[in-house]
Parts: sequence; C-alpha cells; structure tokens
Amino acid sequence: MSLIRIQNLARRYVMGTETVHALRGVSVNIERGEYLAIMGPSGSGKSTLMNLLGCLDTPSDGSYELNGKDVARMSDNELADIRNREIGFVFQSFNLLARADALHNVELPLIYAGVPPKERRERARQALVNVGLGERMHHRPNELSGGQRQRVAIARALVNTPSIILADEPTGNLDSKTGVEILSLFEELSRRGNTIIVVTHEEEVAIHARRVIRIRDGLIAADEINLHPRAVVASAPTP
Amino acid sequence: MNPGRELIEMVRMAGNAVKTHVLRSSLTILGVFVGVFSIIAVMTGIRVLQANLEDAMNGLGANTFQFQRFPAISFDDADWEKYLRRRRFRVEDLDRLEQRVTLAQAVSASADFGSGEASSKYARTNPNIPGIGMTPEAFTTQNLTLGEGRGFSAADDDSGRLVCALGFDLAAKLFPQGSPLGESVKFQGISYKVVGVLAQRGALFGQSRDNFIAVPLGTARRLYGENLSVRLQVQAPNRDTYGDMVEQARGVMRAMRRVPPGDDDDFEIVSNESAVGQFRSLTSAIRLGVAAISSIALIAAGIGIMNIMLVSVTERTREIGIRRAIGARKRSVMLQFIAEAVLLSEVGGALGVVGGILFGNLLSFVVKAPPVIPWDWVGIGLAICSAVGILFGTYPAWKAAHLDPIDSLRYE
Ligand SMILES: Nc1ncnc2c1ncn2[C@@H]1O[C@H](COP(=O)(O)OP(=O)(O)OP(=O)(O)O)[C@@H](O)[C@H]1O
Ligand SMILES: [Mg+2]
Repeated sequence: MSLIRIQNLARRYVMGTETVHALRGVSVNIERGEYLAIMGPSGSGKSTLMNLLGCLDTPSDGSYELNGKDVARMSDNELADIRNREIGFVFQSFNLLARADALHNVELPLIYAGVPPKERRERARQALVNVGLGERMHHRPNELSGGQRQRVAIARALVNTPSIILADEPTGNLDSKTGVEILSLFEELSRRGNTIIVVTHEEEVAIHARRVIRIRDGLIAADEINLHPRAVVASAPTP
Repeated sequence: MNPGRELIEMVRMAGNAVKTHVLRSSLTILGVFVGVFSIIAVMTGIRVLQANLEDAMNGLGANTFQFQRFPAISFDDADWEKYLRRRRFRVEDLDRLEQRVTLAQAVSASADFGSGEASSKYARTNPNIPGIGMTPEAFTTQNLTLGEGRGFSAADDDSGRLVCALGFDLAAKLFPQGSPLGESVKFQGISYKVVGVLAQRGALFGQSRDNFIAVPLGTARRLYGENLSVRLQVQAPNRDTYGDMVEQARGVMRAMRRVPPGDDDDFEIVSNESAVGQFRSLTSAIRLGVAAISSIALIAAGIGIMNIMLVSVTERTREIGIRRAIGARKRSVMLQFIAEAVLLSEVGGALGVVGGILFGNLLSFVVKAPPVIPWDWVGIGLAICSAVGILFGTYPAWKAAHLDPIDSLRYE
C-alpha cells in the first residue's frame, strides 16, 4: 500500500470572475521512505500541491489517500493531529511566529503534542543545535537572517520526529555550505526510513533525490527515477 | 493532549499575548477594574460599618427596648418633620409603664439635659460633653457597666442629690491620675460628687461613647425643669417573655398616647437588634444600586473585551494559521483566546478587588474599626469576571478557531 495516493487532484482558486487552475489533475503514488523532489517553474502549482499533501488545504477535485485513509473524510481533529505528528512542513515563507523566539517557535508543535515543558524545551534546543542555531535560541525571527529563519523552520518541522517531511524550497535562502548541511540532514532522515518530499528550483538539490517529479501548469510533466542519486558529501568536488 | 495540561498551556500563551499589548490590555482592563472596584469598595465599606455597628449596638441591655421619638437610624430628611411633631415622652409616663407593663422586669428613663464644659481641679474639657439624667435602673437597661464605684440609688434620684457617674474617657481626661471617686466635678456651673466611673464602651462610627456625665434623673429635673423630654427603657426578665412584653408595652403606650386603633404608632420601639436590622435594610438599597451600576460597568467592559479580542483575532490571523498548520486543534485555538479574554477580565478584577478592599477600608480608619475583607464578595467578584471573560470571549475565540488554516497563512 502506498503511503500517499493521489488521483486526479485539482485545485482551483476562484477570484471574482476569474478562476485560476493551480492544479489540473495530478495523480501520483508515493511509497513510504521515498526521497522525492518536485520541480517546476514558478507558479506551476508546487506549493499548492504541498499544501494539499500536508493536509492543510482541501482539493477542488480528486482524491487523496494517506496511509490508506481518505483525507477528505477525516475530521478536523484527525487532520490537526496528522499535521502535528505525521508531517513536518517546511514552508516556503517560513511561517514563524514573529513575536516568539526561535526556541519557542520550535517548541510549538510539541506543545500541541502535549509534551511536558522540560522535555520539549530540551528537544527544541537539540533540534536547533542540529540545524546549527545553538547560539540563536533566543532571537526572534526579525533578529535572524533569512537563512537562519529557514533553519528555524526546518528545526520546527523536524522536532516532533514526523515520518513525512514536506519541504518547500528548504535551501532557497541558504548559502551552499548550509544548504549542503540541510541536505545531508534530509539524507540522514531518509536513510532512517522517513519519507521526504522537497520542492526545489535547483537541479543541485534535486540530484540528491531518488525520484524527481516535474510539474508544469498544474500537471505532471515528468516523473523520473534517479538511478544514481548523489550522496551529499560536504567536501565532494562536483564531477 | 490532556485537558488540564492544555488549559495550562493556553493560559500561558494568553499571558504572553496580554503582556505584548500592555497599553491596550490596560485600557481594556480598566472597565472591569471600575466595575469590580465599585462593588468591592462599597461592600467593604458597608461591612466595616456593619461590623462596627453590631459591635457597638449594645446601647441597651439584654432583652430591652427603648421608646423614643426618632428611629435609631434614618437618612431620610423628609420624615424628620413627622418625628419632630411627635409628642415627647415625660417622666410621668414612666410611672404608668411601671404599673401597667406587668411583664417587664425593669423600666427606666433617661434624658439629655444639654451639653457643656466639665472640669475638675486638674483639667477641663471642651464644652461638648453631653449631660444625661438617668433613673437608677437605667444603668442596667442601657447596658452601662460600672468600672469603679456605684450607680445611683433610689434616694439619689428621689431627693435629687448632686452626684454623678463619669464616662470612661471623661474620667480619664478629668482625673489623669488617681481615682475620681469622691472628687468633685463641675458641669454647667454645678458641682457634683463622683460616685461611679463607667467601664469603657468604645467608639461607634468614629465617635467616642465614653465622653459623658450622668446624674440622677431626679437631680436633672430639679435643676433643669420637670418638662425634660425622656427616653423610656423597658426590660424583660428573659428572651422568652421579651416578645410578649414588647406587645404589652406597645399597647400600653398607644393607650397612654391615645393612638386611634388602626393608626400607626406615633413612637419608635428600638432595640439593639432592630437598629442593626434597620441598618441592614438601609444598606440593602445601597447594595442594590451599586450592583446595578457595576453590572452596567461590567457589561460595558465585556463589550470592550469582545471588541479588543476581535481586533486581536484579525491581527493575529497569521499566527492562528501557523498554529493550525503545525497541529493545533480548533479547540486549542478557541481555548487560547477564551483564556486570553478571561485573563484580561481577571487581571482587571483582581486589581479591582485589591483596590476596592483598600479603598473600602479607608472607612475603617475613619471610624476606628478593624479592617475587613469581604471574602464572599471577593469570590463573587472574581467569578463574575470569569463569566464576563467567557461570555464575551467566546465569539471572538470561535471566530479564531474557525478560520481556514491556508487562508490565514496567506493573510498579510
Ligand atoms: N490563494 C490563492 N488565490 C489565488 N490564486 C492562487 C492562490 N494560491 C496560489 N494561486 C495561484 O496558483 C498558481 C500556483 O501557485 P503555487 O504557489 O502553487 O506556485 P509554485 O509552483 O509554488 O510557485 P513558486 O515556485 O513561485 O513558489 C499560481 O498561479 C498562483 O497565482
Ligand atoms: Mg511555491
């Protein structure tokens, strides 16, 4: 059984008289433990797809089964719990709480998971250390650089050890060195059996995935298996 | 998440939110503060007076009442004329009561014969010391305990002897050291021999009740005229006969004063209890008024809270979207915002309670009574605050919880 099964998934945005077809019917199966990259030009519907996969948005058409369960039939609480426990979402626009410091932002999913304060503090701290922000725990988002914010968002996505990681342009704001660090973090998670779906513009990033889906105008243009995914080696020279 | 923990978390978040908007929060809180402050201040004040009154309403002995023209407490000037027109009580009334009120154990009379200066060879007072004429029984019926010496004898009264008993404070003032017994005191130009000093009674509403000079009523009549207006006290032997005795005495008095059947009494029957009861019923009107004013203030405050919460929900749409996106249930969001409304209201309420207790107790300094904390009203006040928070916070919280996550995330 596939972890994710979507069929003819469509998402339309109605704006007055105009209808934007962000997704026009996407069908795809994703297995547990896959490492998948989604590529496509700006405006092609990548983020829209991610929102649907992340159980945040509801499709205008088509079906989505997660773990064999029809998402459309899930209750609001079930969806909230899935977002909290099963899915780690790295948003393209970070979506951090502006008034809270990095530590509190990372703690947030654990609060809703009911983790006791001491433990969640510790876990949030560790997650920040893992993304190289051990020194920036008490900075608010506006006191952090774009790349640092992105890393806080990544730490928050990973802190509740979700089995599925949805990352929308996770390296977009990072220099190549930290970008590589994040990618190796994903690789490590993938090796441990997590399912990873990464949206990216960069072939450099996609090259590490074992499967690449290309989207164009709200439709899947290509679905390729990468037979030789490149392992991330921080110092490896590109051939 | 277990509900208790969830509540703690949401209250904590609410606390942070309130802290980030100090000015706005304070303004919102002000309404609740005023509402609670006014209730608590007035209730505290009334409690202070009531405690003082109950404490001090021992102007009469056990199972005793007093006939008088004026009620014990009246704040209504309109009735004053009516009381003034009432016929005065005379000393002769005493004899008739003595004969006809068979259930009474003792009857007595007392009269004010004017204020003046009192002096001894050591000191003199301001000319504001009241002089009181008393029959011998009036010591017991008016609950006057002797600290030193004796009261008046029948012979003192009958022959109008120039003896006196001093209130505790007056005795202390006129005779700073040594016993006043046997010494002489001059009052309104007449010298009296001190035969007794009364035990201390304390203050009522801030006024000393130990600053007076008592002489036998017969003496007062001899010196100031037979027509002195008196108060009459009637004492029952025990609690059981008290009620019957009051009715008997009332009947006798009505007959003596020729009150037509069916008309109201043209006199007041006052006992310690009736005075306290009268105070209670007077204050209940005040209580009601304050309750009404506070309710209006609290409703206005509640609307203010609702308004600020609605603004807050709109402002924090993005925050709500983020929370929902990372797994907050609707219920959590709702709880967070209700907690915020309740917290706002409770903070205002707590400040109102503290302020009200402090303010109300200013009165306890004025009347020199011990301060009080009306715990029941503290409880009621805070409970009302929670109710206001919940009542007016629910709609904004519901709105917050039902925002669409994806739309909220996109909100700028
Ligand atoms: N809330 C919305 N209302 C109206 N149109 C929308 C909305 N969200 C997305 N769209 C439209 O849907 C299309 C797909 O948007 P989407 O954000 O999925 O693109 P994307 O592939 O993520 O692009 P990028 O690489 O720039 O992030 C775009 O044309 C966009 O204008
Ligand atoms: Mg996008």
